[in-house]
Amino acid sequence: MMDKTIVKLHEELKNNKVTSDELVKESLEKSHEVQEKCNAFVTIIDDAKGTEVTDDLLSGIPFGIKDNYSTKGILSTGSSNTLKDYVPFFTATAIENLTKHGCVPVNKTAMDEFGMGGTGTTGHTGVQKNPWDTTRMCAGSSSGSAAAVAAGVYPFATGSDTGDSIRKPAAFCGIVGYKPTYGMISRYGLFAFASSLDTCGVLTRSVEDAAIVVDAMKGKDPKDMTSWDSSNINLYKDLNKDIKGKKLFYIKEIVDKSNYKNLPEETEKHLDNFMATLDRLKELGAEVEAVSIDQNLLNAIASTYVVLSCAEATSNMSNLTGFIFGPRGEGNTYQEQMKDHRTKGFSSLIKRRFIIGSYVLQACNQDRYFKNAQRARRLIVDAIKEQFKKYDGLIMPVGTGVAPKIDGTDKVTDDELTPLDEHLQIGNFGGFPSITIPNGFIDGLPVGVNITGNCYDDQNVLNIAYALESSMDYKNQIAKEVK
Amino acid sequence: MGKYYVTIGLEMHCEGSETNSKVFSSGRNEYTEESNSNISPVDMAFPGILPVVNKKAVEQSIMMASILHARIPEYMYFERKNYYYPDLPKGYQLTQNPPEECVGNGGYIDIEREDGSTFRVEIDNLHLEEDAAQSTHLYDTSTINYNRAGVPLFELVTTPCLHSADDAVTYLEYIRAIYQYCGISEADSKKGQIRCDVNVSISDDPNTLGTKVEIKNVNSFSAVRDAINYEIQRQSDLKDDGRYDEEVEQETRRWDEASMKTVHMRFKVDAIDYKYFVEPNIPRFKLDEKWVKEIQESIPELPYERKEKYMNELGLSSYDAGIIIKEKPTADYFEKCVELGVDPKTAANWLCTQILGYLYQEELNIQDLYLTPEYLKQITDAIKDGSISSKQAKDVFAKTLEEKEEPNTIMEKYSIKQMSDDGALLDIVIKVLDNSESQINQYKDGQTNLFNYFVGQVMKETKGQANPVRLKELLDQELAKR
Repeated sequence: MMDKTIVKLHEELKNNKVTSDELVKESLEKSHEVQEKCNAFVTIIDDAKGTEVTDDLLSGIPFGIKDNYSTKGILSTGSSNTLKDYVPFFTATAIENLTKHGCVPVNKTAMDEFGMGGTGTTGHTGVQKNPWDTTRMCAGSSSGSAAAVAAGVYPFATGSDTGDSIRKPAAFCGIVGYKPTYGMISRYGLFAFASSLDTCGVLTRSVEDAAIVVDAMKGKDPKDMTSWDSSNINLYKDLNKDIKGKKLFYIKEIVDKSNYKNLPEETEKHLDNFMATLDRLKELGAEVEAVSIDQNLLNAIASTYVVLSCAEATSNMSNLTGFIFGPRGEGNTYQEQMKDHRTKGFSSLIKRRFIIGSYVLQACNQDRYFKNAQRARRLIVDAIKEQFKKYDGLIMPVGTGVAPKIDGTDKVTDDELTPLDEHLQIGNFGGFPSITIPNGFIDGLPVGVNITGNCYDDQNVLNIAYALESSMDYKNQIAKEVK
Repeated sequence: MGKYYVTIGLEMHCEGSETNSKVFSSGRNEYTEESNSNISPVDMAFPGILPVVNKKAVEQSIMMASILHARIPEYMYFERKNYYYPDLPKGYQLTQNPPEECVGNGGYIDIEREDGSTFRVEIDNLHLEEDAAQSTHLYDTSTINYNRAGVPLFELVTTPCLHSADDAVTYLEYIRAIYQYCGISEADSKKGQIRCDVNVSISDDPNTLGTKVEIKNVNSFSAVRDAINYEIQRQSDLKDDGRYDEEVEQETRRWDEASMKTVHMRFKVDAIDYKYFVEPNIPRFKLDEKWVKEIQESIPELPYERKEKYMNELGLSSYDAGIIIKEKPTADYFEKCVELGVDPKTAANWLCTQILGYLYQEELNIQDLYLTPEYLKQITDAIKDGSISSKQAKDVFAKTLEEKEEPNTIMEKYSIKQMSDDGALLDIVIKVLDNSESQINQYKDGQTNLFNYFVGQVMKETKGQANPVRLKELLDQELAKR
């Protein structure tokens, strides 16, 4: 049952083919299976029960919550030892909005510690494995959510996206990952990583499901001043496959094979596959054009992201001292206690990022690093917004290919590939709506394509993705283990 | 002291007590003795919380900036000031920085001294921020009360433009009064709502500033005066000894109330790098011109305006009016008395002598005084209609406060009244004179000071209740007959 779409499940529930309790039970069983195989969860909510089935599409349907969403009475760790026993007393607005529709949380999904990481290997409960090939990573940070949705635990799980944390794992797991416009979904109750970039979103197996879920999550929240009123937007109702005349662009410098000196074979296949996807779009009546963006700006994306995200993160996570919540550190002074808590609690990756963040914010460095990164961010966003005057969206391949091996044996580190690997961060710099959908396979492993549009233009972005999805065969796919 | 040119700058922190909720959270903003009862998840920085700006607090900050003739920015935003301390739950304080981005930038206010002369205080900036929690350090442990975390805090910074401890305190008292008059804060230092940092430097020549020494956490106006005077003396002594240049460097000291001394905390080179950056969760917001204008039009009557009114319309002296307006509750008490029909000068007199003296002695606020304006009127009415003397009135005042019973009850209970009734008083006068034949003879022989002896005898007979004016008349009349 759990491999079905939300609409299909709703029909089955309404027609009494299945009850909500049965769905929840199945989802819980599947959770344990996937936990065994992929280590996708921090918590499985074994006492979850079905709810009343109403006319609401989401009623009675189980789902997963990324562990950086605060959930009242349910362990919420952000996959960090600093919060390993933290049970919140309030629920994130986005989750409250969802559960008002009657859907049932069945687990909290594992992630990179506090969302800081793109591998799904840094959480305090260990590595999340890709359900298509368990020797490979899911990417992160919404690694557990991506693995669970791909493995068919439920039709959707919430994610959060600061750099590409929804959209990259979606690609590596062969599913849909949607990050709406910044502020469309309240961040109240989402553990902050980098507040100016953090966005709530969802991982699903179809564009339709993504639209249904975000319709339920979104809304202006008096507790989040960056949230905005989207009550006139009805993503699911207004989904439209007709994209004739839509104009899309891709960034020539990143996508053009001739721009690379050492293109790995896998990446070449990935870029070829992307070009084939563009042909499908053209068949649907859309125009696609290559646009040149200043290579210096493209090269600046990754470092701009590192500087800004680390700076905000080091400040955001200064509340983690072990005094009010989290395990109290040992020591005779408050400084010693804080130090002990943070030394023991954080992984080395996070500590490295805190040091970078602290360094770039120091008065003597701030202009050179932090302020310059803010300037670079603005230049990058302006360059893309300039294109949005002419184009309905930006279409790009996600990452350099398929999910990498967890042991790093297939690791390709070449600076010239960095913009290809990191360009999704543009979506966070601008707060743009951005969606990844699967667009094929390389050697049996899924790859994805991303569509990004201008702020508030979520409907348009989803419509393009919806049309493209319908022209391919990867909608609603469940991970089939390759080996 | 007095040899050197003194320059003082002040930073005054005033907690806003008159908003319903805190400055960035829905936590209740109300003073309470019960620790950790007014807190929301936001105040304690639980994971996932976000700040929401309190519009009322912004409104109040705009009103204050307007009164200070400061420039109000077109857009407002907040910055994070990052540092670790257990009383700072988020690990950063939301504040405003730099001065040109603050709700009030530049500006000035003219202050009147007690002698009627005036001086101008230049404002560097006024900014709106959040207060930290309150930590109390005990012998081997520290406690934290988060009630204060997130309470609106208005920080008002002057340029180094003051030159004496007295002027500094006069300025602070007036700013406190403005906060009270505008309904922004009770500004009660007993509740820790006012805290000051003081910068002091001395110099041989008025055109150069000496080395700035900052004194932190001076928590009452009398401590401000003491700390400034102490610091002037300390620096002057070093200058006298020729050790100023080598020993005075930019540093932060704190005022130690117990020893009445300033104590070294840290040098400027050890200053904390606060890593300021813009709070991303609060979008920059426009201060609508119309809204700002509305706020400016709603500025209530300010203390000096009231002082003027008391002098011109109610005939008070500049000195009494100055004392009465110093704190709004006192001025409100006064106005209530006048409204009830007490003669303004009489009310002012009672306030400036008996009442404020009593409050100071008992460490009470006038709002908590048992003797309400209504009760004061009972006393002044009794004096006016001659039923008690002004000496008896003081007795009634003391007994009213002591026994917490209204003056009319006290007067009845202790039969405090004047004997003005001619028949009874005359009888006693005649009786006393009949028993004082030799004294009358001496009086007639020229010992006129014996008049007081007769007064004393009558007072003794009447248990002090004789109306002194009437008594004198009757004595004159009866002695003339003898």
